[in-house]
Amino acid sequence: MAIPLSYNLRSLRVRWTSTVVAVLGIAGTVGVFVAMLALARGFHATLVASGSADNAIVRRAGSTSEMESAVTLDQVKIMEDAPGVARDNTGPLVSPEVVVIAAFPLKSSGTDANVQVRGVSPKALSVRPSVKIVDGRFFHSGLNELVVGRNVAASYSGLGLGDTVKFGGGQWKVVGVFDAGGSAFDSEIWCDAAVLDQVYQRPLNIFQSVTARLTSPAALTQFKDALTSDPRMTVTVDREIEYYDKQSRALTTLITVLGSMVAAIMGIGAIFGALNTMYSAVSERSREIATMRAIGFGSGIIVLSFLFEAICIALIGGAIGCIIVLPLNGLTTGTMNWQTFSHLAFAFRITPSLLIAGIVFSLLMGILGGVPPAVRAARTRIAYALREL
Amino acid sequence: MVRVDGNGNGDSLVRVRGLDKKYQRGSEEIHVLQGLNLDVDAGEFVAFMGPSGSGKSTLLNLLGGIDLPTAGTITVANDEITHLSGSKLTEWRARHVGFVFQMYNLIPVLTAFQNVELPLLLTKLSKAERRKHVETAMALVELSDRMYHYPRQLSGGQEQRVGIARAIVADPTFLLCDEPTGDLDRKSADEVLSLLETLSRQHGKTILMVTHDPLAAERAHCILHLDKGVLTEGKKAGAAQ
Repeated sequence: MAIPLSYNLRSLRVRWTSTVVAVLGIAGTVGVFVAMLALARGFHATLVASGSADNAIVRRAGSTSEMESAVTLDQVKIMEDAPGVARDNTGPLVSPEVVVIAAFPLKSSGTDANVQVRGVSPKALSVRPSVKIVDGRFFHSGLNELVVGRNVAASYSGLGLGDTVKFGGGQWKVVGVFDAGGSAFDSEIWCDAAVLDQVYQRPLNIFQSVTARLTSPAALTQFKDALTSDPRMTVTVDREIEYYDKQSRALTTLITVLGSMVAAIMGIGAIFGALNTMYSAVSERSREIATMRAIGFGSGIIVLSFLFEAICIALIGGAIGCIIVLPLNGLTTGTMNWQTFSHLAFAFRITPSLLIAGIVFSLLMGILGGVPPAVRAARTRIAYALREL
Repeated sequence: MVRVDGNGNGDSLVRVRGLDKKYQRGSEEIHVLQGLNLDVDAGEFVAFMGPSGSGKSTLLNLLGGIDLPTAGTITVANDEITHLSGSKLTEWRARHVGFVFQMYNLIPVLTAFQNVELPLLLTKLSKAERRKHVETAMALVELSDRMYHYPRQLSGGQEQRVGIARAIVADPTFLLCDEPTGDLDRKSADEVLSLLETLSRQHGKTILMVTHDPLAAERAHCILHLDKGVLTEGKKAGAAQ
């Protein structure tokens, strides 16, 4: 049987100052670890939420994003007649779209940040039913009217409902605010594609992407096969959700790697903190350890006992770290989306799996910080340690 | 019967033959024990005396299996322990040895009850059986009313009596006491020595005790002197008279 757990728990309480230092070190590290991953997850989730499994996005073959894509009006017509495209009483649910970047002043700093302005078809809301007008109305075709995402209305000066704003050589009126369910569209401005082309003096028969509503998620294969086998089409067809998943990958990976590196460096510090605490615990209690060894407790039991103590420190630290960062959940921040060169608002996402990862990380630090002192405790030379005062 | 000439019969509980212990301190070799022989029968209460550095504690450590000899053999209850592996020696200690330390060596964060229960955690006894054993041991040392006190809440004499309760609770083959009264006032020392005497006389416990204190040694059945690594039989003051 093991040494009573109360021995370790009370020992931690007795040496509470060094215990608190080690706990705080691990709590800080776990907090940073979880916060950085929550940032990456929030970014990823925001972009992925932009896509729907029922939608297909069509771009020029070989283009990696809408910014470098071009689709002609003739091709759009072929898509509208392709099998698998959903229809309503107005016809096929297809939205040929153009995107430009415009700079607007942020309310928080007054400095300009890029916003993606998307010229869409009047059917855009039918193609993306998750996007709802929450204030005002949708734009009228042919007019210089804008509808802005929830985050745009909240974050930029001069883009509130009823405001008039100048960009691209035109004057625009904000007539509505939409809620895109926390997706990247919340950081966009939408207007009539034809009007945007005119204002920016772009050819009217060229679009950058086409989003098509499918009859069902399974209809993608049929739709894709029809387009990619048509010799008039040189396009790439992706499920919309997969497209946005790919878009998020680079920055998500960057944040995850950077965050993990920061956490790893802090983790090394925290491990040394735990090592220091546990080594001093072993040193202070060498006579107790020797007594237990003399009584007949084996070295394995001693290792487990001290490891348990280190793991207790780590678990308390891990739990505190997770609790500290919980208020970040849902907190909105923003960054440059390098795929579109525009500012993207997104929220920290702290999920149960992330909290578990934080606890596992703390356990790892506890084990790494606990094993060497525990082994030293088990190797204590009984006869010598018993004489220590 | 206790003999140091190596001619004891084969029935001795403790049999030591040709025991050597050398330490290396830098380039200097210290020969602590030199070809020591010892036979102790079951139920004996033996006191080892001798000047500081004479090797008393080293001998006790060797007999208790917490140190290894340079040469020679130690046999306890027909188990030769000098060739046991570390883990086997640990198991052997748990079964056969009850240690009583000068500084009591109680675990400060555990209650007296939990301290006494420690050796029983290494047995297969149930929780209820362990409790019964602990209560019996605490009653024997007359500390039943202090079971849930922490060591800091006990006097030195009480702490040592808890230490003795811990040493006897698992009914070991013999007790090894290293200066058990060395940190106590006379009154407490007398109480502890009376307890050891009781354990020897009434309960037949074999006790090997290292002490500097002649009054403590007087309580033993036999006094052995250790000087410069050599063991000789001594005389009890009472016997001399």
